[in-house]
Amino acid sequence: MKKVVLALVAVIVVLIAFSGCGYNSLVKLDEDVQTKWAQVETQYQRRSDLIPNLVSTVKGAAKFEQGTLTQVIEARSKASQIKIDPDKLTEENIQKYQAAQGQVGQALGRLMVLTENYPELKATQQFSDLSAQLEGTENRITVARKDFNESVQTYNVKVRSFPNNLTAGLFGFSKKAAFKADAGAQNAPKVEF
Amino acid sequence: MKRSIAALFLITLASLSFAQEFPAKPGKLVNDYTNTLSSSQVQQLEQKLVAFNDSTSTQIAIAIVKTVGDYDINEYTLELGRKWGVGQAGKNNGIMIVVAVGDRKISIQTGYGLEGVLPDVYSKRIIENDIKPYFKAGDYYQGLEAGTNAIIKYTKGEYKEERPKKSKNKGGFPVGAIIVIIVIIAIIVRRGGRGGGGGQVIGGRGVSDALFWGMLLGSSGRSSGGGWGGGGSSSGGGFGGFGGGSFGGGGSSGSW
Repeated sequence: MKKVVLALVAVIVVLIAFSGCGYNSLVKLDEDVQTKWAQVETQYQRRSDLIPNLVSTVKGAAKFEQGTLTQVIEARSKASQIKIDPDKLTEENIQKYQAAQGQVGQALGRLMVLTENYPELKATQQFSDLSAQLEGTENRITVARKDFNESVQTYNVKVRSFPNNLTAGLFGFSKKAAFKADAGAQNAPKVEF
Repeated sequence: MKRSIAALFLITLASLSFAQEFPAKPGKLVNDYTNTLSSSQVQQLEQKLVAFNDSTSTQIAIAIVKTVGDYDINEYTLELGRKWGVGQAGKNNGIMIVVAVGDRKISIQTGYGLEGVLPDVYSKRIIENDIKPYFKAGDYYQGLEAGTNAIIKYTKGEYKEERPKKSKNKGGFPVGAIIVIIVIIAIIVRRGGRGGGGGQVIGGRGVSDALFWGMLLGSSGRSSGGGWGGGGSSSGGGFGGFGGGSFGGGGSSGSW
């Protein structure tokens, strides 16, 4: 009888200790980071889905820019091969992902600059609609990345501060990586009209 | 480690210094910080948008500023929309419009919940076809009038006002206060009739008094939730406040 009571007390103490050490809130923050990451991927996917349409629209009007178009397509297919397991948001993985998507962004930026030379293309409704969608998608990417970074920051602060770091180490909550500001360019395609 | 601390510090500094560039949450939908519009024009836009908010709960907020500084106009508009909480929480049915007169730029940001009825292509067309022709001619009021009309046209079927009417007892008839006064008078009259026994609390009388109080107060409390709201809103009430909606980057921008 006494043993049962003791065991019960022990269980309760352990439970309180866990929630005290932030286990539950760690789980919550971890989930939040993963949700935000899914959002990032969705928005990059959205951009990726726009590219075929954009390329075929530009192709019709600007036959001479084959090289630039090919670069966009290649960068897109390379980037689509890189997927990150949301449990492994490490520095290295994020860097790879960002680099690949950065290539797509730069290629798209070059393409949009080139279209400046084709006023008859820019005047079409189809191109204007596509570039509006592209602009909105770039905005969504920026927002999703920013939200993700903030979420990661909150999570990391929690993981590394005492006493959560004890619980975190015990249950394998490790520090996660965030996006770095894009080197070189404030994100190439600033679509201005 | 040291670097990340430094980075954190810099980010905090940056966000602190940026924070001042956003005007504080106002109590109106149309906010002209540049005196570009006349006060009667602001009033007209405000009335239209408040009416739209009252019937659909969709909130269209306008901020006219001088410049957005180093910000991208879309980023600025999104931040402001999030900061003010334009649209209802849960529905995220807000539209934030920022006009940067000095930069000659405008952005329309669409809340998550309206991206379906007002896709980026439409907001782009509204800027290009409805707003820009007027802005180019310097007629900001007509541009915003035409732009908001077009937005209303696209978004009006999407949401309904489902919130219970808030009782805004601003200038309305203070029914609650009057009932309380009647109750107090009634009690005083009853007590007066009893003569000397007034001070006794734990008697038969005391209990029935308490019951009497409780019944009256209880019933008045219950009806205050539903019935008395009508007076407040019919007195031409203003904007009830932002609902805490959020934005995801949908929308578009243009310059004129």
